[in-house]
This record gives sequence, structure tokens and C-alpha cells, in this order.
Amino acid sequence: MLLIDCPYCGARPELEFVYGGQAHVARPRNPAECSDEQWADFLYWRDNSRGVHAERWRHTHGCGQFFNALRDTTNDHFLATYRVGEAAPALERVARPRT
Amino acid sequence: MSATFRAASGGRIDRGRPLHFRFDEHDYTGFAGDTLASALLANGVHLLGRSFKYHRPRGILAAGAEEPNALVTVRRDGARVTPNLRATQVELYQGLEAQSQNRWPSLELDLGAVSGLLSPFIPAGFYYKTFMWPRNAWQRLYEPKIRAAAGLGRAPEEADPDTYSSRFAHCDVLVVGAGPAGLAAAAAAAASGARVILCDEQPELGGSLLSEATVHSEAVIEGEPADRWMANTVRTLAAHPRVTLLTRTTAFGYFPHNLLGLNQRLSDHLARPDSGQPRERQWQVRAKEVVLATGAIERPLVFPGNDRPGILLAAAARTYLNRYGVLAGSRAVLVTACDAAYQAALDLHRAGISVKAIVDVRSGSADGVLPEAARRAGLPIETRSTVIGTSGRLRVSAVRIQRLDASGVPAGPARRMGCDLVLMSGGLTPSVHLFSQSRGKLAWDESLGAFLPAQAAEPVRSAGACRGVFSLAAAVQDGTRAGLAAAQSAGITVAAAIAQMPPPETSAVGILGALPLPRGIRTGKAFVDWQNDVTSRDLALAAREGFRSIEHVKRYTTTGMATDQGKTSNINALAIVAAELDKAMPQVGLTTFRPPYTPISFGSFAGFARGELFDPVRTTPMHDWAARHGAVFENVGLWKRARYFPRQGEDMHAAVARECLAARGHCGLFDGSTLGKIEVVGKDAATFMNRMYVNAWTSLAVGRCRYGILLRDDGFIYDDGVVARTAEDRFHVTTTTGGAAGVLALMEDYRQTEWPDLDVWLTSTTEQWAVIAVQGPSARRVLEPLLEGIDISAAAMPHMSVARARICGVPMLLMRVSFTGELGFEVNVPADFGPAVWQAIYDSGQKHEIAPYGTETMHVLRAEKGYIIVGQDTDGTVTADDAGLSWAVGKSKPDFLGKRALQRPAFASPYRKQLVGLLTREPQCVLEEGAQIVSTPQRAAPEAAIGHVTSSYYSASLGRSIALALLRAGRARMGETLYVAMPDGDIPVQVASPIFYDPQGSRLNG
Amino acid sequence: MADLSTARQQQVVATSPVLRQLPPASRFVLRGGPQALVAAVGALGLPRSDSPCRAVRNDGRAALWLGPDERLLLGTADAAGETESLLQRALAGMPHSLVEISHAQGAFELRGARAATILNTGCPLDLDSAAFPVDMCTRTVFAKAQIVLWRTGAETFRVETARSFAPYVTKILALAACEAMS
Ligand SMILES: [Zn+2]
Repeated sequence: MLLIDCPYCGARPELEFVYGGQAHVARPRNPAECSDEQWADFLYWRDNSRGVHAERWRHTHGCGQFFNALRDTTNDHFLATYRVGEAAPALERVARPRT
Repeated sequence: MSATFRAASGGRIDRGRPLHFRFDEHDYTGFAGDTLASALLANGVHLLGRSFKYHRPRGILAAGAEEPNALVTVRRDGARVTPNLRATQVELYQGLEAQSQNRWPSLELDLGAVSGLLSPFIPAGFYYKTFMWPRNAWQRLYEPKIRAAAGLGRAPEEADPDTYSSRFAHCDVLVVGAGPAGLAAAAAAAASGARVILCDEQPELGGSLLSEATVHSEAVIEGEPADRWMANTVRTLAAHPRVTLLTRTTAFGYFPHNLLGLNQRLSDHLARPDSGQPRERQWQVRAKEVVLATGAIERPLVFPGNDRPGILLAAAARTYLNRYGVLAGSRAVLVTACDAAYQAALDLHRAGISVKAIVDVRSGSADGVLPEAARRAGLPIETRSTVIGTSGRLRVSAVRIQRLDASGVPAGPARRMGCDLVLMSGGLTPSVHLFSQSRGKLAWDESLGAFLPAQAAEPVRSAGACRGVFSLAAAVQDGTRAGLAAAQSAGITVAAAIAQMPPPETSAVGILGALPLPRGIRTGKAFVDWQNDVTSRDLALAAREGFRSIEHVKRYTTTGMATDQGKTSNINALAIVAAELDKAMPQVGLTTFRPPYTPISFGSFAGFARGELFDPVRTTPMHDWAARHGAVFENVGLWKRARYFPRQGEDMHAAVARECLAARGHCGLFDGSTLGKIEVVGKDAATFMNRMYVNAWTSLAVGRCRYGILLRDDGFIYDDGVVARTAEDRFHVTTTTGGAAGVLALMEDYRQTEWPDLDVWLTSTTEQWAVIAVQGPSARRVLEPLLEGIDISAAAMPHMSVARARICGVPMLLMRVSFTGELGFEVNVPADFGPAVWQAIYDSGQKHEIAPYGTETMHVLRAEKGYIIVGQDTDGTVTADDAGLSWAVGKSKPDFLGKRALQRPAFASPYRKQLVGLLTREPQCVLEEGAQIVSTPQRAAPEAAIGHVTSSYYSASLGRSIALALLRAGRARMGETLYVAMPDGDIPVQVASPIFYDPQGSRLNG
Repeated sequence: MADLSTARQQQVVATSPVLRQLPPASRFVLRGGPQALVAAVGALGLPRSDSPCRAVRNDGRAALWLGPDERLLLGTADAAGETESLLQRALAGMPHSLVEISHAQGAFELRGARAATILNTGCPLDLDSAAFPVDMCTRTVFAKAQIVLWRTGAETFRVETARSFAPYVTKILALAACEAMS
């Protein structure tokens, strides 16, 4: 069970969270102007990173807020969590956990 | 039988508390503090089971969790039967009943041993090679036979009557293992002020210190005798308010972010556990820092005939003597590849056991401190020698010793040495299981001949023998160092200086792999994995057959795959394969360590989650009323919903027919409280609803309701429900029972992440309201006398309107809505008033022949009207148009969830599956839901289905069956005859409108 | 016509010496921007606080921080009408959502030196008083249910749970209490 740092509540057990898929996939402002390919890209295509992955979590059984996280998929270490609307922190500036 | 193999004094057993127990059909006596294994040895019982594949007699090899042989079944009563327990870990209690496993008809006379005679024909991979074909025979014939013959213990057949508990815990420092290093680490961390949990799988803290002699012990820690240091340290820890000591607690799993699973056994050691006391407790401990002090496991030596009863690991024999006062034999031979094992010979000698020989298999001259002490004690040492065979039917009676020549091969005359006890030691293997589970990297230490913890992936440290620091003084020092460092890393200011990490010790190097065999002579089996009966020859064969990776060798030979997970065998197996492939150990790789460290009961994982507490059972405010009125309930998600209310002698069919007729003829009363309810509030509430739901909400007047449809952005129906606009800035949204949580989550997602600029907020009110549906031509007359402040006449309160008022003096949100096609109201009252208001409505309805109805009748009534149920008539691939609901879609809106997807050409195809009605030619025939529809009868060849039945009922109002179906191009097939394919023949059906009852909808407006 | 306004019937829960059901309460979920949240707390006479996961209280009323835009307002059962009118006045013109959920939840109190341990049977949070001090409150989980947990005293917790989950939560707590006492 992961320990996830909610940007609002602090470190909490994974049991309180729901995973929300890849982060920074914005819904097109004007879907009607999207081609079928663009729409399919938005709906279905996601990264499958080996390494750092920007992803969404929701603190469902906590403050209820969605937020974003950078997680290393090879070892489950969270490099950063940040609020919706904030840009992903630059990788060289996020603290790496002790090894 | 008297205990004749007990030393006169010494040990940690309580000789004042004899305990009687039974093993197989014999009665024995042991002492409090004994394990089943030590008590059996004290009674001279060495034969405990038969081996997995060859049914060879097997005894006790070890004294702890690593025991591969001595598996027993402990039985308390018919239901309390635990198989596959290691006798070395079963604590003795008064009246304990244990049975050996894997023997038939008895331990001494085992018919399965015939397979031992066939053993040359059962090499590695035998099962794979032999039983591959035919496939059927594997399942029906071979596999059950193999299982019966191989037989681990049998699972109990009755439900487990015990209870299990769970606990989450947090600490600064979790120390796993309470040997010298673990005790020192816990003491150092606790003294610094850290919150500490110390767990150990044994009933007593102390680890390897418990195996030191209690009299004449030379062991000294920090200037005191080791046993006094241990007692003082444990006392200090126990008195510390920030320290939790957990005995009988195995850290079985290391999970991400420093979460460890601990299994605490609370009552298995008690003769009569308190009723209600949990049997086990599973801990999930989140530690800021972890110190692993898990010790080391002695490696067996791989020589021919090394598996007979009476052949033990040297350290185990020492434990039996020093801890339990048990003499494992009277004439002993020690075979060793390291100095440390000489201590066992010295201790046994001092206890009066005749040490016939110490066979040192190393090439050196054995001149260390302990060998010299053995020489001084007059013990005969055979250096540069080995054992090439053993004899003895049910217990070892002799070994054959041969000298090693200059090239290290046994040569020259072999000597037979009579004995009833063989001790062996191949050296120590650090227990890195948990470190490896934590995804820490292991590194091969060539000088030590062991894998050691290297790069950690979690905040974890290893201390003592589990990182190759074996000597007592160094292990204690290492533990102190790790405890202080862990406390400091956990954020605690540590006053004491933290010492440097001592290096691993190389003096303890033993031997890896198989001992050399004489040339040109066929020797007996040399076992590597006792539990799965894997020999050195099997491993060599696997390498010769082309297996290169240890992971593949493991699966092919099954080495390390038994319930002991190869604790004693993995390194030897690896060394044999490496030697065969002429590769270095790390090149062959190490198999992955996975949880659990030792087998854990299912009950421990279930905890409270069984029986009525398996899942929450959600009931509505009117549940007790329904139960009192004989309702039969069904599960809908976690909810219990009244399904029907049978009267005397009615089955479901009769009850549902009566309930349907009552609702259509007079008045029905239905509990709709489980429907999801979401209050959407804010100045931008209508804008938000416009973007979420397909409907046009801006035009919905305050006080009016509308049937809403929610699509996902892929265009498929996700949920539906009536939405009431109760104020300019407020919508009362209802969802399906099962969809409530998902709809709220979906709405929150879009609100927070796509449209954070909107002033709108969401609040679940599902449980705030008791919802009482009053449906039928008499509904108005039933309600009217109970209301105040509202006119519910057809003119004042038309279909699809909503109002606030009071009922019986209680605040009410009243909606005129219908899921039946009849005149209908839904009375929403605050939940705590539900039962009283329901009763009042029921009473008022008595003169109108009111009848409570359940979900089954609700389903029939709505199906008669062609109203869909999301999730039953839709399946995640159905659009609003497919379901015949395109009239609800606000096509002029610029956007809503799923709108873009609706432009896909595929969604405009006339061949999509569409919702239709089906009428069977035979009106009493009720179709099966899920049945497939085809267009041609009596097909010569299989034909693809063109649709399927989604809902099917008998309609009492129509006097015939009805069904809803999803059918390709369904709306263009009205009147066509199609066939529902069933195992006993086709059922002809006619495609019809899905609205079977009152197609004009006039009854709604009554 | 009968007046049933006194016929309030709470979901029945399992109790034990350390676990008692609390009387009916008034409850509102207030959601909105910071301005509305501050104004509401002031209007109810509660001390101002923006600290995450903290409750503020005075006699009979409390505001629990549940999220950055969400407060749970608790009061006595008879205070619902007053709370609503106070807030409607104080929040006029400020974007917000006020929704009554008095009947949606049940509350019970767990008391005693073992209270935190008992809760940790199903609650995964660190309930040490340093990590979870008095007046800390949060939504969290207890076994398979969602709860709102509020530490009201050194050895006292208030647990709020959706009414249909109350029997489940209290049954496990009662069992855990029994076990912790033995
Ligand atoms: Zn949060």
C-alpha cells in the first residue's frame, strides 16, 4: 500500500485514494472541431511509461480533491505531488528518495 | 513413554510443568517451553514424515522456520485442523494432537515408498515429461493421483470457527528479529526516543541467544553473560512506553513505502483459547525506518544419504540441547565446512553425547579457535574428509567416511562409523528475504560466499547475521549502529555517536553446493531440497538439458518451490547449477523472494471481513418495516432491497403478479431510497448540468423535473435518472442505485479538473432522504390527507413537477414522477422520518387497497412501459439513440459529455443494435435474459447472433410474457419473426415496440 | 393528521462500554470559495481557522475542515433551521452551496485509553496524539466504509458515517473493543 502525499492533507495511505489515469490530458476546448483522430487520441491513447509518469489521483476518502503526481513506475517512488492547474515540477528539482 | 533423551538440567523449558500430547496414535510427555519437535526428539521420536516424491523416511532437520521436513497437522476439533505446520514452530500445549502427513497406511510402513524403488525413473521434470498427454488424463487421472501420493496435509473441510483480527500501526523504527542485533537495535532506537516496534516469530525474544547454553555459557555481550544482557535488554524494552514488543509475530511481507505485513499468532499456543479471542492478528505496519535483523540460516551439506532421520543441522542440534535440554542422540558425527559448527560438537560433548568424529570437509587443517578447543577436549577430527553415504532404515545408524585426495576427490578406503546422530553444517546463509522483497538489490559477496543486502529501495537497514556480521559482539554493535542510524533518519535527534558499519565476516565461509563424490561408484541420492525431494543429480540434469537461468531450473526441477520456499536449499541449488554451467554464482542469478516469508493462514488475511461483516450491508430506513411484512430481499450492490412481499402461500411469480395488478389497479408503495441523489448547487449549476447531461437544462423551469441521461465522453450511456430543478441555482439529481458513487466521482472530476471556473458544488444526499414511491391511480387520494401546504391536483402538480411541502408535519420534497407509467409521486422525507411516514402512507392507503411492492414488480412495471435499466438493458456500448432516447438529447447545445463521439459515422449506422420489444408466439413462454437472437430457424450452420434479450418478464397486466432486446437494425424489423436460440430448440418471437402498456401514456397524466 | 415530526428514528448501531451512539444532530455540508467559508464560520460564532484537517467548535456547534472548499457544520438537532437562516443571511451574494445532510449520517463516540487502537482495527491512519492531535478531523476509511473521524479529546473520537454504513462500522468497532479489552 503506497503512501501518497496529498497536496492538501499530507501523507496518507493509498486506501484513501482512487487512481485517475494519466495527468495533463486536457479535454479539447471545442470538441466539435476535433477530427476523429484527435478525439480518439484524447479519449483512448495514453502513455505507458517505464520510469517517471505524470498521473492523476483523487483523495476520494479524504479531502475529495484531484491532484497530480510524478511517480516512477519502476519502483513506485513518488517524486512529487502537485495541485490541479499547476505545472509538473522540473525533474531535476524534485527530491529523489534515499536509496 | 518416558522422556529418555532429556538432559538432566539446562534449557529454557519448565520442568515443573509437564505437558501430555499425542503424535499419530501415541501419547507422549514434554514440558512447557517445548516445541512439538523438541518434545518428540526428547521422546526419541525422529521419524516424522515421508518425503514428497520418493516417500523416504524423514525426520527433523532444523529447529526453526526453515524446517523443510517435519510438517504436521495439528487438530483441535473437526473444524480446527491446521495442516503443514512445521513441528519446529508448533509450541507444545497440554493435550496437543498432531499427526504426521504423507504416509499410508502408517509412518513406519509406507506403501508409497515403492515409488522410492522406482526412483531412478523419476528424474527432474518427470511429471512434465510423462503426464503431458492426453490433457484430459492429466486433470482426471494423473494429477489427483500425484496429489494423493505426494500429499501435503489436507485442508479442513468445515468452515473456520475462529476469529481473526487486524491492526494498522505506525512507528519510527520497526525492528524485525529479536536476536542480539535486533535487541540492540531496538534498545538503541528506543533510548533515543523513537517509537519502536520489535517483532519476532518466536514465543520469546532473544533469537539465537536462546540457543546459547544456559549453564557454562561462554557467550558474553558488553561484558555481561549473554543471557543476563538479553534479560536486561528485554526488560528495559518492555518497560518503555514507546516500544511495542510482538512475539509469535512473523514479518511475512515487505510492501512499498515501508509497509510491512506482520502475522501475530495469539492463541495457537494455548491449550484452551478463550472463546472470542482472535486466533491471529494481521498487522500492517507503516514504519519510517526499518531495521532487519533476521539472522542467518545454516546450510545443509549435500552428500549421499543426507536425508535420513537423525541427520540434523549442527546449529539445530545445539538449539535442541541448549534451549530445550534435548539430547538428539547418543553417538554423534559432525560433518562440517566451517569452524562455527565445532561449537555444537563441544556443547554435545559436554552434555555427555559421544562425539565419534568431526569430519571437516575443507581442504585446510582446521586450526581455528573452535577446532583447537575440540582437539583439547579430545574430540576426533578427520580433516580433509567427507561423507559418501549413510545407512539406517528409519534412522541413521552409520556414515561412510572417506579422505579427500589432493584434488579434493574422495579416494582410498572408506570407513564405516556407527552413530545415531549426524550434525552437518555447510556454513550460514544470511536471511535476506525481506530485504529482497523490499526491492533492495542483493550483491554476491565472493569472500563470504553469500548474497548480501546492497542497494536499498526503501528506508531500511540490515544488521547482524542477515548482512554477514555473525559474531556475537559484532552483531550487537551492528544492531546498535543500525538502531541509532534508523532513529536519526526518522527525524529523531540521537545523542550517542553512531559507529561505522562493521564489514561482513569472512571467517564463517562454508561450502556451497554438493560435496565431492568418489569417481566410478554409484552413490545414493544427495538431497538439496528436502521438501520437494530435489537431488543434486536433478539439478545437474536440468543444466545438462539446457536450462540456463536459475528461474527456469527452479520451475523445471521444483527446487525451492515447496512451502519452505527453499530456505535451506536455494543457495546450494544455485551453486550446483553454477558449477555445472561453469559460471559464477551471480551470473546464474538468484530466484526472486516473494511474500509470504512463511505460510500465512487465509483467516489472517480475511480478518473481520467474513460472514455478515464481509461487506457492509446497507439497509434503507424502511428495511425493518419490510422485514416485518415478510419481504424477500435481494442484494443490489451493497444494498438489501425488498424484492417482493409474498403473502401466505405465494411464490415470487404469484406475489409479483398481485403487486403489479395492485399498482396498476389501485396503488402500490415502493421504497426507492437507494437511488443515488446529488445536490448540484451554485450560480453555474445549469451550465454544469448542460455540460454533463445530454438534456437541455437551461429551459427547465424551477419546480419541474426531467429525465436525464449521462453519457461518457465516448458517447455511451453511463447513467440516467430524474433531475428536479428546485431553485434557479439548485438541481436535485437522482442516479441509479449502483451508479451513485461513480456519477458523483465523474461529476467531481469534470468540475475540478476541466471546469474549475464554474461556481458549482456537489453534495451527495443519497442517505439524507427516505424515498417513498406512491404509484397508481389512487396515489393522489392516498397522499392528499397527509399533506399540508400543497395542492397536488393534476392542474397544480402535473407530471414531472417538484415541490417542497410537509407531510405529517415533516419536511418533504415531493416529486410527481413515475417509473411505472401510472400516476405517481415520490415522497422524499429526511431519512429518520422514513419509517413513520411510510407507515402513515400505508395506513392512509388501506381504503385504497394499497400494496407494498418490491424491485421485481418495479422491474416488470417499467419493462411494460419500455423504460430501460442502465446496466441491464445497456452494457456500455449503447448510445442514447440505440436505446430509443434520442428525443432527450439537446442537439443544439454546443457541447456535453459524449456529444463529439456521437458524430462518429459508426454511431449513425442503421445496423447498430437498437432497443426493441419481443413478443413470444406462445404468450406464456418467458424468454431467458441474455438469450441470443437469430434470424433463421433450424440453421444448418452456426449463425452469428443479431441481438440478445436484455429484460424478460411475465406481465400480469397483459396476461402474457414481454421482453426487451437489443437487436441489430431493430427498429426497422418491427413485426418480423425471429428466433431465440435455446438448448432445447428455437423460440419464435415477433419484434414489437418496447412500449407494451399504455403506449399513449395517458395514465401518467391521470 | 398525525404530526410525526418527533418520530425521528436513527439507524441503530452496536454499542459497547467504550462506544456509544451520539444523539441526533443537525449537519450541513458547506462548499464554496474561501470568502464564503470564512464568513460562514464567523456567522456561526466559531473561531476562524483555515488549517487543513482541523475542527473549530464552541458550545454545541462545530465546523470540520473536510477539504479546501468543504466544511461539515455540526450542531444540535434543533439548530438546523437557525443554522440555515444564519448562513443564508451571512453568505448572500457569495458563491457557495449549503446542503443539509442531518439525516444522512450517524455519529458515535469512542472513548478510553484504547480508543485509538480500536480504531486502528480498520482505520489506516496514524492516530498517535502527535500525528493526530485533538481537533484533527478528516474523512478517511474504516475497513470497507468511509468515515469522518474527529479527535474531540485526548482519548475521545467522534466517528461520523453514512447511516447505512453505521451498523457495519459499529459492529466491527464493538468486536475490536471487546478484543482490545480482553
Ligand atoms: Zn487530501
